[in-house]
Amino acid sequence: MIENALKGNRAYWIWIASLFALIATGLSAYYQQRWFGLGVTGMGVDASWGIYTAQFTFLIGVAASSVLVVFLYYLLHQHEFAKTVIIALFMAASAALMSILFVVADMGKPDRFLNLIFYPNPRSLVFWDLLLLSGYLATSIISGWAMLGAEKKGVPPPVWVKSVLYISIPLALFIYTVTAVLYAGLPDLNLWLTIMLAIRFIASACAAGCSLLIVVTLILKRTTGFDAGKKASEKLVTFAAYAGLANIFLLGLAFFTTSYSNVPWMWFSFITGVVSIIILLVPALRKSQQLFVAACTTLVLSIWIDKSAGLMIGGGPVPVPLGSIAEYVPTSIEIFVALGIWSFGTLLLTALLKVVVAVKVENEC
Amino acid sequence: MSSVADGNTMMNEQRREFIKKTALGVFAGLGASSGLVPAFSLEKTALPVWDEKPVQGKIRWGMLIDTRKCKEGCQQCVAACHHEHNVPSFKNRNEEIRWIRKSSYKNVFPTSNDAGVSKKIQNRAVLSLCNHCADAPCTQICPTSATFKRWDGIVEIDYHRCIGCRFCMPACPYGSLSFNWQDPRTAIVDPVTAYPTRQQGVVEKCNFCSDRLVKGLQPACVETCPEEALTFGDLNDPASDIRVLLEDNVTMQRKPELGTKPSIFYII
Repeated sequence: MIENALKGNRAYWIWIASLFALIATGLSAYYQQRWFGLGVTGMGVDASWGIYTAQFTFLIGVAASSVLVVFLYYLLHQHEFAKTVIIALFMAASAALMSILFVVADMGKPDRFLNLIFYPNPRSLVFWDLLLLSGYLATSIISGWAMLGAEKKGVPPPVWVKSVLYISIPLALFIYTVTAVLYAGLPDLNLWLTIMLAIRFIASACAAGCSLLIVVTLILKRTTGFDAGKKASEKLVTFAAYAGLANIFLLGLAFFTTSYSNVPWMWFSFITGVVSIIILLVPALRKSQQLFVAACTTLVLSIWIDKSAGLMIGGGPVPVPLGSIAEYVPTSIEIFVALGIWSFGTLLLTALLKVVVAVKVENEC
Repeated sequence: MSSVADGNTMMNEQRREFIKKTALGVFAGLGASSGLVPAFSLEKTALPVWDEKPVQGKIRWGMLIDTRKCKEGCQQCVAACHHEHNVPSFKNRNEEIRWIRKSSYKNVFPTSNDAGVSKKIQNRAVLSLCNHCADAPCTQICPTSATFKRWDGIVEIDYHRCIGCRFCMPACPYGSLSFNWQDPRTAIVDPVTAYPTRQQGVVEKCNFCSDRLVKGLQPACVETCPEEALTFGDLNDPASDIRVLLEDNVTMQRKPELGTKPSIFYII
């Protein structure tokens, strides 16, 4: 099946080549980071975390949210998601892989990565988070690939696929909850010192994940003609908008409890969030295709800022234990490594979706 | 018959040889372990300070810092500690490695009520180091147990196991952990051979001089302090100096409200 990813038109190959170029740039930037140490990043004594952890946090949400479609299709039997389910699974797999890669990029000693398996600390939420994330990556890719294989042969997917998917539903819920609880327990992160973070994480994940899924299906439709169905897209918009509303409500509450209102990026995230949700909720507004895509993208951006940039970088002082003020600005090396990992995940998703489209087109003929 | 007899003698000879070699081996082993035969003896081991086998939680090392005695501008303990443990001295604040440091009262006790604290005390430089908490958040969050609690209450880091994920840094409410953002060996002013250097990419912090304790010495900062402002001892031993001082004085800990149970106490 994978050979389908090696056939494509000019535009496809230009896209693949640009992704490879970004991956190569990322690798060369990473080489410098490995050689000179994490000192080449903007992180330091006070800001011990930066954009790597930020992307990790955001991408876990994207990965986890895809399970919503699985849940709707398999447990609630909403058949309009028949074509979306596989896209959602592969998006989850790519996002999970990227978040694992961001953890590795953030490590001082990535060559000791296997110590996580050799010397696991069962009391550590970090260990559980990575274990569950790896498990979720496995369930997404295995079930997606098996379903695709069955579809190619024109037979129903094997029975075990359903069991794997059932396992993936609690896994998805756990990966983001564990991440939230982990952060909520860190005395250093003032803005996150609340257990409400877990609920906020899940709400924002649904909003960002569904919006991103809509954007991906729209791109697929535009580039390949593959249509996941209007009904599925409409339902996803509803989910994205209401989850976004819940997230904005919770974020708004946070403005009254902590120093959120002092962080300009948080205001930016809040306002863009509100605007995009209004567009998605008002039928007259979302009728326009351009406005609709823009609203979906803005909602993703709003949550990306709230989740990652807002809490990590904050656009200003990062709260530190000893009360001193640390300014964190990512360096170009850091940005190129992050872009490289994003490109790698996008490359994987492109290849997988290429196969999906090829199989579906073949079956329709 | 003769062939059987021959066989017997052969077997006997083999057996004799075997017994001889075994006896020699046993003798050599005994000699080595008892030190009778110096050439064979095993690696020499230094006698530990404590004769008995370590019992989890029996000892809990702690320190009392008398900030009244600590002299303004004196950095001798910091210098001694950092020299003894090959702590690099980077000029760039972002890459600093700190095992022990002096900072303002407000920075060390940010959550304490300062309404009734005089300006003099608020401006006083206070020594801070790893608290070796009884409930250390850093050991709990470490995914590989590279940061761990020793049997004697010391929170120690295994520099060979640390993967450099830095989750311990925000987990520590006292900012006691430093990360090697670059190769530390380039910035060690006067390296010592008694303590290893670290590699780029791992975290490090005060080890309560576990390397000196095993030799029966006091921690470097305690030994160096010209004012004898630091008292080190076993918090579990009611007769120890530190316990006597703790009972006779009003002391405080850093951020006690977090429930980490620090082993460092302060007299203000």
